[in-house]
Amino acid sequence: MTTQTLPATDLLRVEPPRRSQRSGWSRLTATMPSWVLTTALAIVFLYPLVWTAVSSVAPKAGTSQVHGWGLGNYAALAHYQAGVWVYLGNSLFVSLLTVLLTLVVSLLGGYAFARFSFPGKNVLFLVTLAILMVPYATLLIPLYVILNAVGLSNSLVGVGIVLTMFQLPFSTFMMRISFESIPRELDEAAMVDGCSTFAALRRVLLPAVKPGLVTVGLFAFLAAWNDFMAPLILITDTNRMTLPLAVANLRVQVQGVIDYGATEAGVVVLALPCILLFLLLQRHYVRGFMSGAFKG
Amino acid sequence: MTTTVSRPFARARRHSPRARRDALRGWGYAAPTAAFVLFVFILPLLLVLQMSGSNWPLLGGNQGVNFPQNYEKAALHRLFWNSIGFTITYTVITTIVLIGLGLALALLVQESTRWKSVLRTAFLIPSALGLASASLLFYVLYSPYAGPFADLMASWGFTFLGTPQGALFSTVFLIVWRYAGFYMLLMLVGLQGIPDDVYEAARIDGAGRWQTFRSITVPLLRPTFALTTVMCVTGSLLAFEQFYILTKGGPDNSTMTVVQLIYNIAFQGQNDLGIAAALSVIVLLALIVINIFQLRAFRRPDES
Repeated sequence: MTTQTLPATDLLRVEPPRRSQRSGWSRLTATMPSWVLTTALAIVFLYPLVWTAVSSVAPKAGTSQVHGWGLGNYAALAHYQAGVWVYLGNSLFVSLLTVLLTLVVSLLGGYAFARFSFPGKNVLFLVTLAILMVPYATLLIPLYVILNAVGLSNSLVGVGIVLTMFQLPFSTFMMRISFESIPRELDEAAMVDGCSTFAALRRVLLPAVKPGLVTVGLFAFLAAWNDFMAPLILITDTNRMTLPLAVANLRVQVQGVIDYGATEAGVVVLALPCILLFLLLQRHYVRGFMSGAFKG
Repeated sequence: MTTTVSRPFARARRHSPRARRDALRGWGYAAPTAAFVLFVFILPLLLVLQMSGSNWPLLGGNQGVNFPQNYEKAALHRLFWNSIGFTITYTVITTIVLIGLGLALALLVQESTRWKSVLRTAFLIPSALGLASASLLFYVLYSPYAGPFADLMASWGFTFLGTPQGALFSTVFLIVWRYAGFYMLLMLVGLQGIPDDVYEAARIDGAGRWQTFRSITVPLLRPTFALTTVMCVTGSLLAFEQFYILTKGGPDNSTMTVVQLIYNIAFQGQNDLGIAAALSVIVLLALIVINIFQLRAFRRPDES
């Protein structure tokens, strides 16, 4: 009973259900209020998502889908300014770049922090964690100036670099504890067999820290895909905007009329990959919390 | 953690060639991290300090030192105290609701049945959405034209975002919807750290449900409360997206948060990066002081 394999957050060791001695009718009346309460709560949490998904294809006056059900709102979204494909492409580019940079930097960094002793190691680790302490806006204003100075103004690469920096505290911590949880004998044996430290990392340790990498990559993707403030400040060219920014701007259409239908479609396009990734990788998502990586 | 007997790295002498080679390799692997930290974190941090003491218009660049004028102008901004007051009100409400609800939901779904597992997933799904997406979603949901409550609002003659109070609580609801599952998860991790035998002992001593909760669960969750409170307070003090998208600071600047004020001073209207930098340095210092204070407050009873 306690070790059922459930799709949900079962990495958590949760309590087995408390069995009461009562049975039949009396048990039903005892659990009834809890059923009503929990069902109501689940509806509150799911209703906004379901409503948005449904009304994005439902007929509604004043939107691009006036008669009958259909994808009119999505068509309106597709033709907004540079077109949704451009914004999707920009978002994908920034997200994948952030994921790639985060994975490489935190893999190497985690290896260094877990397996080597070098002067300044603790200082570097603490300063990396200190990124968490500094408000987003405090860093984005000088970064706007710096990126302009080095020719990365209005650049998606610049946004990717900045977002990678914001991911480093979590991902470095996560990769460090991933490496530390692997017995040292494993890589030492490889090195006795003549592997260099890099070969040991690539052949022996990399497969072992894969779950940590998936968690780090998932968090980096969700953060980058959804980030609003960094592109808002760093990108001014409409053709380089990311999807969240484009959908937020879309609300103020020509003549100040807000296209709610296209906004709903935009929210669906934004949310769908996140929800799918989350449902697929829920274990890895929960692992991020279990690791204590958030215990700062 | 790794208490193995053979640890040549740790045992190696500090000055041996082997240790030096080891240190060199370590720096090699840490170099990308160091580069990011140096150029994308430390350098901007130093620059923001310089900017906060300089006349620095958005398009004109550095026009020379004017310390402490930017700080004076920031503190004398007509919305400075309003935004601080609103940000604190919002932070207190959000933190109390989120921590309370997070714990309540965690206790509700703690047992491992199929239904509770479905519930956990249902509560967690909104946290997969970005804050901007969630805000856009509620922007439509709260709309007096397109939202599901449009008719209700028309007949009652009110709008969610039309009054300062309404805008505040509508935003709090959005944030609670988005983050409750996240805090539930943190609380579940905390609850899991409480050993079963403590509950068993309480049961044998004849403690009731409420008594067990009050004298065992709550005190033993102290580290979790510390973590969640620090996270929630920090996040709420820096609130931006939700207000930028939902209310734009309105009605009548009543929902202007400090970070929104920084953004407006820097990029909308005033276009003064110097004053914005000064304000963000003030926010950084305030945040450090608040977090030190919070960590102290949560630590003290443990020491006595």
